[in-house]
Amino acid sequence: MTKTKLFALTGASLLGLMMTANAVNAQQSGYLSFLIDNGPQSVAVAEAWVAAYTAKNPDVTIDIEVRPGGGEGDNIVKTRLATGAMADVFFYNSGSLFQAINPVQNLLPVTNEPWQAGIQDSFKSVVSAGGEVYGTPFAPAMGGGIFYNKPIYEELGLEIPKTWDEFMANNEKIKAAGKTAVIQTYGETWTSQLFVLADFYNVLTEVPDFAEKFTAGEAKFATTPAAVRGFEKLQEVYEAGFLNADFGAATYPDGIRMVATGEGAHYPMLTFGIGAIAETVPDHLQDVGFFAQPGDDAATNGLTTWMPDSVYIAKTTAAPDLAKDFVGFIGSPEGCDIRNEAVGATGPYMIAGCELPADVPPAVADMLPYFQEGGHNGPALEFLSPIKGPALEQITVEVGSGIRQAADGAALYDEDVRKQAQQLGLAGW
Amino acid sequence: MTASAVPALKMQRRSLYPGWFYAPAAVVYSVLFLAPTFASLYFSLTRWTLFDATFIGLDNFAQFFREPFLIQGLVNTVIYAVITSGLKVVIGMMLAVMLTSQIMARGYLRSVIFFPVLVSTIGVGMTFTVLMHPTLGMINQTLAMIGIQGPGWLVDPKLALFSVALVDVWKGVGLATVIYIAGLVAIPKDYYEAARIDGATKLQNFFYVTLPLSRPATATVITLSFIGGLRTFDLIWAMTKGGPGFASDTVASVIYKQYQAGFYGLSTAGNVVLFILIAVLVVPLTMFLNRKQGHE
Repeated sequence: MTKTKLFALTGASLLGLMMTANAVNAQQSGYLSFLIDNGPQSVAVAEAWVAAYTAKNPDVTIDIEVRPGGGEGDNIVKTRLATGAMADVFFYNSGSLFQAINPVQNLLPVTNEPWQAGIQDSFKSVVSAGGEVYGTPFAPAMGGGIFYNKPIYEELGLEIPKTWDEFMANNEKIKAAGKTAVIQTYGETWTSQLFVLADFYNVLTEVPDFAEKFTAGEAKFATTPAAVRGFEKLQEVYEAGFLNADFGAATYPDGIRMVATGEGAHYPMLTFGIGAIAETVPDHLQDVGFFAQPGDDAATNGLTTWMPDSVYIAKTTAAPDLAKDFVGFIGSPEGCDIRNEAVGATGPYMIAGCELPADVPPAVADMLPYFQEGGHNGPALEFLSPIKGPALEQITVEVGSGIRQAADGAALYDEDVRKQAQQLGLAGW
Repeated sequence: MTASAVPALKMQRRSLYPGWFYAPAAVVYSVLFLAPTFASLYFSLTRWTLFDATFIGLDNFAQFFREPFLIQGLVNTVIYAVITSGLKVVIGMMLAVMLTSQIMARGYLRSVIFFPVLVSTIGVGMTFTVLMHPTLGMINQTLAMIGIQGPGWLVDPKLALFSVALVDVWKGVGLATVIYIAGLVAIPKDYYEAARIDGATKLQNFFYVTLPLSRPATATVITLSFIGGLRTFDLIWAMTKGGPGFASDTVASVIYKQYQAGFYGLSTAGNVVLFILIAVLVVPLTMFLNRKQGHE
């Protein structure tokens, strides 16, 4: 009896082994759907990956589905997950937004998959829930800071600012020269958050445990002077009259174009904008540089970093092995090379063995020192805390266009955050 | 006497068809309307993530009324409904009077006036967003040509709501005009004849004959456009998304933002509030308008 059982077990595991071996060596076949956002970058990369993967595995068909970005995209992802209609493989944010899609219930864990060995722990920590890893990086790491127009800096003989006061002094000179000092694009509200979000490294240097206390409901934006600073900076650039005339209606592509062509000198943005510059105004790629949002002390100058977005596998997938194989391909050095070729290099990769090409655009070169030895960087709040209030972008539009005072905006944001914390069922709220 | 009256009454009430003929309609109505309505009443009392729901009593309603811009949103909603339905009544009436008189190219003008009604609201919203751009928009560039610095139609918090309301009127006035044309054509010619014999001027004709006798049309236009104004969402969302900041938020856009943020219970509670708001405002309004009609 025991013998037969043992024999049967051995047979089963042998069979299992053979199947695994098959899966690794042989070509894959089958069908996958792959849901991404509609940014030109994402589409270009996804198409390049799918083309390369299906060239290696001719029996595989992968359909790319496209969804809008921003809040509308969040909605689509949540609804499709809740109704069991999610694509096999999909692209979504890491960090706090990832926590809001109930990963343990909806996603396929990839903790022990072979490619995960090459992925940095700092990334794994923002795509993990309940002790399992669910994500694989879609893109390189990003920084949140300020793009600047190099020709304007050369023409006016300006230095890269290390403190906020130096930044404002530069703005003053640019304005005096009759140019737009700071570009804002509130026509797309999400872009208005940068001065607040990218200031978080500076918050951390003053209040190192802000994130934990914030999650626990003990620290508030309005009552933490270092945290109110971001809102104040937003208000200062507006009040000083540094903004472009159409800041209320301009959009993200406008902002990208303006900073690249010199219609404006500074544009606060995430470094994924480098890809958009390369795509839309390639002739001016060399004209754009980047620096971290300055704080009040030059000695601690450092960059607020963003973990890349991620690809996940839905638990409802009909082809889990194929999905894993494809995601593993994305998370391999080969995947990075295809990405570099398709949209260029936009920042340091979170995957071991992924190299940046030698001739990176200046804005990327400006960002790298913050990540290297002796450089200072710290993650954005959304990677340290699951809470991000959904109305921040409206509040920052208000503060950034003079409708509301900074302190008032910070207090309003604390209200907004409370709702999100309650929705997530966190203790202490 | 009484005994014979009862069967006679019963006979009268008996329908030609058996009751279960209603069943298919009743099933469709219950499944697609009643069930979701009652389910939403329940979900409005929960903290709902789509994945699971926790019962929290009336907290959502308390939270909804604490929304910083809800009160502003309520006021905006009513302002928007009053402006749009008021302008549609006035302009629609004027256009209808013009288009029922003997003018050139009447048929062509009627279709031109009606045309915006046929265009998708989102398309209209996006087009006007481009036209109303503060520096590059055609409206302000035209104004600049005659030396006027145009306002930031959609980016000035004081103006945004009114700009959207104007576009709503532009788009919706065709329907009001058509209803009025039908109402005006139905007024018997005898009244105008009698007025002419009495020596009434054109103005008197309008105020003492046309206006009172088109009251049914006015009631229809007001009711339709007022309800439409209260639930307005698509145009606001396409043009300002409730912005800048929260300046042009209406109840519907506040609700949608809660839904977008994943606060499903809260947004359902908001819908219950909107339902009650519309009922409270519109039921007395229609009763008032219909009572007046009965006096005619």
